[in-house]
Amino acid sequence: MEGMMPPPIRRIVVDEPATVVAAPAATSQTNGSTPSHSSPVSVTAPRRRAASLAGGIERMATHDLSILYGDKAAVKNVSLPVRQGEVLALIGPSGCGKTTLLRSLNRLVELTATASRQGRITLDGQDIDALEVTQLRRRVSMVFQQPNPFPMSVFDNVAYALREQARKRPRKSELGPAVADALQRAGLYDEVAADLAHPALRLSGGQQQRLCIARSLAAGPEVLLLDEPCSALDPGSTEIIEDLIVRLREEVAVVIVTHNLQQAYRIADHVGFMYLGELVEYGPAEQIFGSPQEQRTQEYVSGAFG
Amino acid sequence: MDRIGLGLCWAAGIALCLIAAAIVGFMLFKGLQFLRPDLLVTSPVASQDQSKSGGFLDPMVGTLILTTIGTAVAVPLGVATAIWLSEYARPFWLARAVESGVDIIAGTPSIVLAIFGLIIFQQSFFGFLSFTAEGGAVFGRSFLTAGLMMSLIALPLIVAATREALQSIPGHVREASYALGKSKSATIRRVLIPAARPAIGTGAALGMGRIAGDTAIVVILLGATALQAEGSTPLFGTLRGTGSTLTSYVYNNSPAGEGNAPEKAYAAAFVLLLIVIFLNFSIDTIAGRRKMEAAWKG
Amino acid sequence: MSAPPLTKFARSPRRSGESQDRRTELVLGVLACGVLALVAGMVIFVFAKAWPSFSHNGLKWFGPGGDVGAQLQAIFNSPADPANYVYLLRAWPLIYATILVTASSVALALAFAVLSAIFIVEFAPNRLRRILEPTVRLLAAVPSVIYGLIGVLVLVPLVGNHLITRAQKESVIFVVQLTGNSLLVAVIVLTIMITPIMIAIIVDALRSVPNGWKEGAAALGVNRWRVMWTIVVRSARPAIIAAAVLATARALGEAIMLAMVAGSVAFSPNPLDGPTFFLEPIQPLASTIVINAEGLTVVPFGQTLYAFAAVLLVSAAGLSLCGYAAKQPLKRYGIRA
Repeated sequence: MEGMMPPPIRRIVVDEPATVVAAPAATSQTNGSTPSHSSPVSVTAPRRRAASLAGGIERMATHDLSILYGDKAAVKNVSLPVRQGEVLALIGPSGCGKTTLLRSLNRLVELTATASRQGRITLDGQDIDALEVTQLRRRVSMVFQQPNPFPMSVFDNVAYALREQARKRPRKSELGPAVADALQRAGLYDEVAADLAHPALRLSGGQQQRLCIARSLAAGPEVLLLDEPCSALDPGSTEIIEDLIVRLREEVAVVIVTHNLQQAYRIADHVGFMYLGELVEYGPAEQIFGSPQEQRTQEYVSGAFG
Repeated sequence: MDRIGLGLCWAAGIALCLIAAAIVGFMLFKGLQFLRPDLLVTSPVASQDQSKSGGFLDPMVGTLILTTIGTAVAVPLGVATAIWLSEYARPFWLARAVESGVDIIAGTPSIVLAIFGLIIFQQSFFGFLSFTAEGGAVFGRSFLTAGLMMSLIALPLIVAATREALQSIPGHVREASYALGKSKSATIRRVLIPAARPAIGTGAALGMGRIAGDTAIVVILLGATALQAEGSTPLFGTLRGTGSTLTSYVYNNSPAGEGNAPEKAYAAAFVLLLIVIFLNFSIDTIAGRRKMEAAWKG
Repeated sequence: MSAPPLTKFARSPRRSGESQDRRTELVLGVLACGVLALVAGMVIFVFAKAWPSFSHNGLKWFGPGGDVGAQLQAIFNSPADPANYVYLLRAWPLIYATILVTASSVALALAFAVLSAIFIVEFAPNRLRRILEPTVRLLAAVPSVIYGLIGVLVLVPLVGNHLITRAQKESVIFVVQLTGNSLLVAVIVLTIMITPIMIAIIVDALRSVPNGWKEGAAALGVNRWRVMWTIVVRSARPAIIAAAVLATARALGEAIMLAMVAGSVAFSPNPLDGPTFFLEPIQPLASTIVINAEGLTVVPFGQTLYAFAAVLLVSAAGLSLCGYAAKQPLKRYGIRA
């Protein structure tokens, strides 16, 4: 990712907090109102998105959510809204509980035997425990850090969710348009249209990840969870997927976990900064990167740790 | 549909538990009911009432001898084959041929191995392995011949286990040895074989279980008789002679054989089962230790 | 194979190491080739010995015709003069019995083993799983003669005394005697014998399916059973095939156990007999050899038995070839075979 733009330079002055200044060659292409000169943090990345779609409706929310693995709390008392039409990015150093928080939103964390949960999670105001877990996961789908296409053809991968959701096994011709649509939304259709019977595991890493996104989209989710979707990918694929995420937020609410600050800045509307299981600060991306309220947030976004 | 599948799955699981419990419980019950200490220390005696005529000391000794011979032959041969296949394997076509050869042995029924052994060991060239009648007809049946054929049963298991272990040793371990100036043969001897030793042990134990449990080769190549030594040399005489094992003893004392003494068949089967349990237990122990030792497996 | 090609570069002055290496390779190679020679010898010897039986009967050897038991008896009693050896044999009832008992027990065992393996991997409570897994491995190692013993002492009397009605016995009294030694018991005992090894292999394979695939499917809102069935079992197909091949090889070659429970009467059960079909005795190829082992020294009879062995040998080799071929198309989609 750093290959695309000059990296920020960290100026270290003795006895002063570290600050970041823009690399000289960087040209700011920001569309939003980025308070670059007034803040200690100067983010050089161009933002991919237009200004926040104001006032998205709240789809999911956590209320005092804690997740424990055995006795160890991985997430502590987090309350967080997820809104339709915007990208929520969770940032923070490794092991701070972002992924656990994400996995709890569709109860995938329950696959871990030792995990237990306190607090409430709601989807459209309804407690997710009241929903059947398969129904919940159809509405709140997830894309993982490692691309995990199934060992089948491209077509069968995308059709998988459709086939599983159907009451009667649909014929291949009936699935065709839906599969093509999902692939198109994931921006993969043009690359694979020629051979939909191609084995999914022979695609490139970036293509595989977009296929996983298409697979999730085919299931018709309302919320899409992305767990560091680009960390295993090259810069080119990352760019494509970031564009894709920004486009997708109009259809589904997107939550993305990333440890790449640049990426969070490029694509997020709201950002939650987590540290040691706590949600330290939550706010619009401009605020988190421009004028963080908390000392730890400022240190993290300025690169003092993490 | 799904409910039916899930239901079947649970039904199969519960049926498995019940069948397993029934088999183990039944054998345990029958074994403890009929196993008397004197059965273990007396030899079979031919008599009218089979249920009171002696124990199965001879078959136990037979199982022990046969397992020893079979393993003693199969381990070096199997390990050598596995090392050649995974470390040399040149020329390529020969390696593929040896590989399929081992596969064919693994798939060959033991009854076929048994009567193949009979052809081979009835050649006069192998006369020293068994009893030779007047006129030069070679009998072909003895502990030695049966043990050699038994080694073929154990061979594929040992080859497979050893190969798997050698292949899981990462290349850098070999490179480290070469970097210290060791030759390839020294690397094999000092690094690879010690690392593969637990796997070889597992393979050997599996093979011993198969040998101890095989009946067809015993019936055809060992004669399923009482211990009958050939010639006067004490140990070699016994090995050249015929005998029986627990498996053939069980077979002969079941209603299908001539003996028809189910009590003794149950008792012998129980002892056989104990041997198998012991071998299984040692496999688990070796496998458990291997997990701890081979850190590079992660 | 996996050895790095380092030796090519390491031209050290220590020639003794190099010559020792060459000697090691030679010794190991000779031993490995010994295994190969053994297999070749086995095939050649068995076929050479079996040839008279095949050549005298031609392809009719495999066909039906007459009473196999009587034909074997005639071969056994054939005159000592090589010119008058009797070879006439129509082995179809034995082959039919082998196919029947093997196919039905492998089919039963396959379904049972896949379902049980899914149960063990996914649905069994932890405590049960910890008992069940070693037990399955133990059952896989139990000698077949023990299964045969239980079969002949428990199941055969059970079937003979309670399941077979008088009417059924009388209906076939002129053809065959129903004693309880039957196709049914043979299939049951054989299924129980080959299932544990299949379960053990399939459980390992189901476990080694990458977790990412399971999670990926679960994240799409698919329930546990469907995840197991559509993703995990699907990607474990090569191992399931391998397990089936191994089990078939065992069933095909099982001699002693079937000799104990199947009745040892060369009879072809007729499916048209209705339920009685399952209660009729059979005699597969492998147990025919064991039962008649005493006659191996009678030349034509021995050659006939070697012909049975040759058929078994070819089927076993063909079987592993089929298994290999069945796995090939799966490789395309990245399923590890």
